[in-house]
Amino acid sequence: MATYALRRILQTIPILFIISVLLFLLVRAAPGGPLTAARRNPNISKEQIEAIEEKLGLNDPLPVQYGRWLGGLLSGDMGDSIKFRRPVSEMIGERIPNTLTLVGASFFVTLLLAIPVGIFSARKPYSPFDYTMTTVTFIGQAIPVYWLGLGLIVVFYVVLKNPFTGDPLFPVGGMNTRGQEGNWLDTLWHLVLPVAALSLGWIAWYSRFLRSSMMDVLHEDYVRTAKAKGLSERVVHYKHALQNAILPLITLIALDLPSLFAGALFVETIFSWPGMGRLFWDAAKGRDYPVLLGVVMITATLIIVCNILADLAYGWLDPRVKYD
Amino acid sequence: MIEPLKPKEQTMASLILRRFFKHRLAGVAIAVMLVLIASSLLADLNPYSPTAQNPSNKLRDPNAAHWMGTDELGRDVLSRIIHGGRVSLAVGLFSTLLSISLGVAVGALSGFFGGWIDSILMRVTDAFLTFPSIFVLIILGAFLREQQLFILQNSIFVVIVIIAALSWMWPARLVRGLFLVLREKEFVSASKALGGSSFRLIVRHILPNCAGPILVSGTLQMASAIITESGLSYLGFGVQPPTPTWGSILSTAQNQIFTAPWLGFFPGAMIFITVMAINYIGDGLRDAFDPYVIHTE
Repeated sequence: MATYALRRILQTIPILFIISVLLFLLVRAAPGGPLTAARRNPNISKEQIEAIEEKLGLNDPLPVQYGRWLGGLLSGDMGDSIKFRRPVSEMIGERIPNTLTLVGASFFVTLLLAIPVGIFSARKPYSPFDYTMTTVTFIGQAIPVYWLGLGLIVVFYVVLKNPFTGDPLFPVGGMNTRGQEGNWLDTLWHLVLPVAALSLGWIAWYSRFLRSSMMDVLHEDYVRTAKAKGLSERVVHYKHALQNAILPLITLIALDLPSLFAGALFVETIFSWPGMGRLFWDAAKGRDYPVLLGVVMITATLIIVCNILADLAYGWLDPRVKYD
Repeated sequence: MIEPLKPKEQTMASLILRRFFKHRLAGVAIAVMLVLIASSLLADLNPYSPTAQNPSNKLRDPNAAHWMGTDELGRDVLSRIIHGGRVSLAVGLFSTLLSISLGVAVGALSGFFGGWIDSILMRVTDAFLTFPSIFVLIILGAFLREQQLFILQNSIFVVIVIIAALSWMWPARLVRGLFLVLREKEFVSASKALGGSSFRLIVRHILPNCAGPILVSGTLQMASAIITESGLSYLGFGVQPPTPTWGSILSTAQNQIFTAPWLGFFPGAMIFITVMAINYIGDGLRDAFDPYVIHTE
């Protein structure tokens, strides 16, 4: 298993390299640039712009610029933000914990709700509960996350008020009330709506998946054997069937990670959550290259690492899987 | 003389159609889609222009003259929604056709030939799958926003291409899997023994057997393409104004959240209804093509 892990890690190097080249080309080949606004400004002379370009190294051939960027990247330096004049690694470093808080909390809520719903639906298929859940999951999968987020803001911030104080029911901007920074209860309070917006679609999707995976497993021979042995239905379902039904979920989750980060980007934008998605969105509006490149590279790395972990976890949980 | 028993003749298509319409919600969904398509085709018959501004008539609640009210510039929201639907449906349909074509080609080559072709194509597919595509879409969108070159003037076309370029991996994997199974079947060996070329085996014998799953995955792709396009336009990096799309209408509605909270309802609801309808059509197709589904009547 150690050799397998090592090989997988080595395999990520060419993938990350390809991604970095493609991204660099994509971001830099685009005409117009961070200095577009400066060029239109009549108060800034042509000489000044050329001086800035020279200073930022924007005039060097692309391969030279790429080499310089990659060299920096490998030593942990992702350059400075053009807009904020701050090291990109520092800016991203501040944002990563916030994004991971949001994604992690949504993930926790998703599994907490999706697993029981999936199991109950599979144990009593075509029951009223199952039909209700089927409808709810169809709705949940079709609601765009940005509309849901907006709807939650309208309902819980604009329309409904706290009957005692007259304040909005839930906060909708940022991670903390002013003056409450570092108070985790306050952060939790701010998490409610963003997490709700981000989780609904995932709850729908995973409970659906678990339902069908569980129903497949319930037709297996070993389930029949366990029942024939006289084990109670409860034990058969939870001990024998669930363990096997839940395994494919791990692979699915790993495959879905890019979409989870994409969803987080929308939620962060809508709720002004100071995470990487929000940072990326702001940077894209200002064509802040170093920040764009840094965020995508970090996200891609995170996704690849999680994929490897998922594969390793799968092998650890399922003794039938053999690494070669 | 006794008449010989004649089997009731039934073509494959009519069988599939009949099974499809047994799924009642899929039938409703088809009706909904037909209404949406008809309204976007006939969008120009609408008495209001989607871009005509009327500052003296802004932010009106839905009323008899303006069924969905007017926005912050006094434009008729219903008209904008209908014209926006034209864009959203076109982007959904054409990006799906493009991504399915590309995916089927990659999957078919990979699954049929195997070996190094398969290795290379699947590594590329894997790399694309780990790509957080929304980030790339936004970068491309940012590029698009400032772009003045004539070919990129048409932002709808570019949005179609980039959505397809970042979503062909799912049909590719699906088709590859189907090909791996089907290429071992007797009817394929038979055709091969009769001297059928690889092209003939792929196109005439294997591909038609993949039609069901491909159609179903097409519906999923179309639903997600519509959500992606709207999301991109919502963030400001998709189809550019003044062309209205559901996403950009939603985005401007967000600024009026305190003065006119209902404004965001209609564009989002349209996305939701469309995606719901497409998903139900997909569900119906799945049943219609799956020989193992037993219909309880």
